Amino acid sequence: MSVALPTSVDEVVDLLVRNPSATLLAGGTDLMVEVNLHGRRPTDVVALNRVAELRTWSVDSSRRTVTIGSGVPYAEMETGELARLLPALAEAARTVGSPQIRAAGTLGGNLGTCSPAGDGLPVLAALEASIDVVGPNGSRQVHFADFMVGVKRNSLRPSEFVRSVTFPLNDGWQGYAKVGTRNAMVIATASVCLVRTNDHVAVALGAVGPTIIRANGAEAWLAANHRMSSPPSNDTLAEFGRLVREASRPIDDHRSTAAYRRHAVGVLAQRLLTRSYS
Amino acid sequence: MSVSVAAPPRAGTLGTNASRPDGIAKVQGGFAFSSDMWAENMLWGATLRSPHPFARIVSIDVSAAWKINGVETIVTADDVPGVNAYGLIVQDQPVFARVGDLVRYSGEPIAAVAADHPETCKRALEAIKVEYEVFDPVVDPEECIAGRAPEIHPHGNVFRHQRIVTGDPSVTGDVVVEGDYEIGMQDQAFLGLEAALAIPDSGGDGVELYIATQWLHEDRKQIAACLGLPEDKVRLVLGGVGGAFGAREDISLQVHTCLLALRTGRPVRIAYGREESFYGHVHRHPARIWMRHHATRDGRIVKIESRMVFDGGAYCSTSPAVLINGITHTQGPYKCDNAVVDGFAVRTNNPPCGAMRGFGVVQACYAHESQMDKLAAACGVDPVEIRLLNAMETGDKLITGQVVDSVAPVEECIRATAAIPLPPDLPSDADFRDIPGGSGRTADRSHIRRGIGWGVSIKNLMYSEGFDDYSTARCRISNGVVSIKFATAEVGQGFVMLAQQIARTVLGVDEVLLDTIDTQVGSAGSTSASRQTWMSGGAVNAACVAVRDKVLAHVAQYNDLDAENLVVDGTEIVDIRGTFRKPVAEVIRHLEVDETAEYHHPPTEDLDENGQGNCHVAFAFVAHRAVVDVDPELGLVKVVQVATAQDVGRVLNPLSCVGQVEGGIAQGLGLAVMEEIVVTNGKVRNPSFTDYLLPTFLDAPDVEAVFIEEFEPKSPLGAKGVGEPPCISVTPAIANAIRNATGRELPRVPIRPYDVCL
Ligand SMILES: Cc1cc2nc3c(=O)[nH]c(=O)nc-3n(C[C@H](O)[C@H](O)[C@H](O)COP(=O)(O)OP(=O)(O)OC[C@H]3O[C@@H](n4cnc5c(N)ncnc54)[C@H](O)[C@@H]3O)c2cc1C
Repeated sequence: MSVALPTSVDEVVDLLVRNPSATLLAGGTDLMVEVNLHGRRPTDVVALNRVAELRTWSVDSSRRTVTIGSGVPYAEMETGELARLLPALAEAARTVGSPQIRAAGTLGGNLGTCSPAGDGLPVLAALEASIDVVGPNGSRQVHFADFMVGVKRNSLRPSEFVRSVTFPLNDGWQGYAKVGTRNAMVIATASVCLVRTNDHVAVALGAVGPTIIRANGAEAWLAANHRMSSPPSNDTLAEFGRLVREASRPIDDHRSTAAYRRHAVGVLAQRLLTRSYS
Repeated sequence: MSVSVAAPPRAGTLGTNASRPDGIAKVQGGFAFSSDMWAENMLWGATLRSPHPFARIVSIDVSAAWKINGVETIVTADDVPGVNAYGLIVQDQPVFARVGDLVRYSGEPIAAVAADHPETCKRALEAIKVEYEVFDPVVDPEECIAGRAPEIHPHGNVFRHQRIVTGDPSVTGDVVVEGDYEIGMQDQAFLGLEAALAIPDSGGDGVELYIATQWLHEDRKQIAACLGLPEDKVRLVLGGVGGAFGAREDISLQVHTCLLALRTGRPVRIAYGREESFYGHVHRHPARIWMRHHATRDGRIVKIESRMVFDGGAYCSTSPAVLINGITHTQGPYKCDNAVVDGFAVRTNNPPCGAMRGFGVVQACYAHESQMDKLAAACGVDPVEIRLLNAMETGDKLITGQVVDSVAPVEECIRATAAIPLPPDLPSDADFRDIPGGSGRTADRSHIRRGIGWGVSIKNLMYSEGFDDYSTARCRISNGVVSIKFATAEVGQGFVMLAQQIARTVLGVDEVLLDTIDTQVGSAGSTSASRQTWMSGGAVNAACVAVRDKVLAHVAQYNDLDAENLVVDGTEIVDIRGTFRKPVAEVIRHLEVDETAEYHHPPTEDLDENGQGNCHVAFAFVAHRAVVDVDPELGLVKVVQVATAQDVGRVLNPLSCVGQVEGGIAQGLGLAVMEEIVVTNGKVRNPSFTDYLLPTFLDAPDVEAVFIEEFEPKSPLGAKGVGEPPCISVTPAIANAIRNATGRELPRVPIRPYDVCL
């Protein structure tokens, strides 16, 4: 096994062009589980943690965006300026694993793995983040909706990797909630990110389908039937919850049942909508 | 947490928070657990396991594996020199499943390899080709009881059936409550995974095994039989044990490791990973229990009827004993004159089940404490009142006819628990970490309902049904140094510290050396059944007393004193009638004394066909009150506080008692709301800590504990075992609290979110 330790994005691209089957290593919190538990044996590893550019984030005030390097660990998103700018991302980051995992785990890794239960992903979906993908032909911007294409599948092409994620900033409210069978350190059995602006509510559902699901029907119904300036009535909440549940496509597995997951995303969406007015 | 201690005794003696001899090393990471062991020229071993729960092995082809560079040996059933079977009660479990024979659970060992590197082992295992004829697994215990299932094993599909009939089975009560209860399969989930290092004797006719286990001598007996060696050719040394909870009572990798070492003539080490650990050891029996209580209008229990079915999985392990523990504890810590109980422990193609902390009583207690709340509701009585009304006392008779002659402070436990202040209400600005759902921020204060629930239990101590589970200890004075030797498995409970406390107290010395824990001394029995403080504590105490008496006799002789008048007072030997006073350290400087003692508990009896007989040695009691916050709409739970008063006889080390109580409560909480091995069609679906969920710090409640100290005259030190009671009635206490908050029946643990809200 070879391990390359590049220090720049260009070097990473070079390495991946030379060896498209090389395995990227960021925080290792998914990859090392693959190696230790599932017997994966990568032949060539490209370690990203010395690429300083990937470990920084910046605000573009003219375009009103925040760009977070793919190697920034969750711990940095949980508190401070990033948390103030992107509260839903901070809340999602706080739910990831334990302090040790949050010190190492990254958005790049969450996107690389692309599990429907990945906690960063519903935030990207609801905020309509765009992913900066770098490869042999330079960089391209990919909407999250086009990035995740199935269970643990993304649309990265050979020799491409994620440089950063750009989130639009807005003045609205945003929040994230996740259900698991334990009060911390648990894989989501259902999760919701909700973003409310002046004229729209965006709802993204995690762990209830092969990809992150935007509850388009519920969003459209709210936009047409709910005055965003005032809190929702009980009837509005009921219908909103019903439409969110309808959007989900959950399965039964050893972690939970489809019926519970469907129920839970409805409850979480209703609660987040209510919370957005408190 | 409050702890009541009498006048402060000398540092390091009984009753004090003596520090553990292994404490600093464990905290600093320097302690060698069995998974850290290493030897020069060592090989690695690994085990091939059946992926099928029920199949016949048509053929095993190891030829490709042999060709892999670095593979030193491959062993199968044909290479087992002795008996190809082991087991704690009956030897029905093969070391390796044989060609032409059956595999009976998913994970059953078929072959083992030794190689120069774990990677080589992995490749060798992948290269072994096994052809199976696969059958539908038998997974429904009722099919086995009804005799409708195919025979899984020549010994049959029922491990044991036992009835208990006492008093007048035809009486009925004014009030009748009943329920069907189910308990899921819990794992002991110790953190220190199975690991062993076997070193063959140079002549190849013996072996030394470093092993994390609960009972060295029982292991040795079974290993020697499988290896076809006399027991003295198999020497066991305790490796550092990272928790046990019952999962190390059975043989797992012991025979495999020795066999590989004897075959290769080189040291061999096997260490399981977490996934293999789920297949490598037995689990807590899943059970279905029907129970019906008859009571007078005001709530006095008149009769209990029950049927209990324990699914023992593929092999016997301790299933028959677990069953007896379950059914003999049907009544809980309550008076009951009439009972009809029917119990079955059966064989299926599910993972084998055996000992786990609480040993059958956990299952029974969940049922009877659920029933007590039903009874309270039916009689219109408070849950505390109904328990006080029926509370057992010393001298009461169990449904087996056995008289409870232990100290039985059930009422005191309940009252002391009730006196512990309730926690404050959840504040309106509560931190998300204090609300059900925790870091997931699923709920706001307004979604939460609080509930309170009770659980009270009785637990037998030591082994039952005629078993003489004695313990041995040796105390020596040589060159002024006191040393103690025993084979008691230190699994984390702190016996090493207790042994020193006993020796310091009895002998009046401060320094006490502990010899290696191995089979070079008599058996200590198992570190289980809440028995080592009583049994090995009794043995160490007896050995130290014998040595002390020799020392006093020596002093008497050389100083012309009467030994009868000499006592150890602090660190001095004192003549209570005269003026003689001399430091023990000075007296023993030139003495050589060596005494070995055995401690046996009073004999017990088998049960007769009606389940009557004095089958248990002694009992301990505990009460738990759980306060929970529940999010009824999402079914999420946060256990806020568990208050408990436990009957301990006497507190020998306050900190140790607290440790057992807090740990046991966390384990019982796990069974109440999250810990379950999910098995579908004989296959474990969550063999990892990703999906087998243990409570984290955010799940663990505040624990408020009180110890009820009433000296137990039957116990050599006046103390009862404290290990198991903390994890028994806390589970139903939490379930009752969730019922109290939600109004749901919740007949099953673990209570899953969807059980609460859908
Ligand atoms: C104990 C534990 C608890 C966990 N809890 C949670 C949880 O609560 N929520 C959750 O969402 N996840 C959880 N995880 C999973 C994991 O922490 C996250 O998915 C994390 O985001 C992975 O990031 P990483 O940097 O460690 O990725 P790595 O493990 O380094 O990589 C993961 C995958 O992404 C690829 N990759 C890495 N960087 C890039 C890049 N820049 N471009 C393209 N591909 C890349 C890698 O090749 C690999 O395939 C947990 C993991 C553990 C071990």
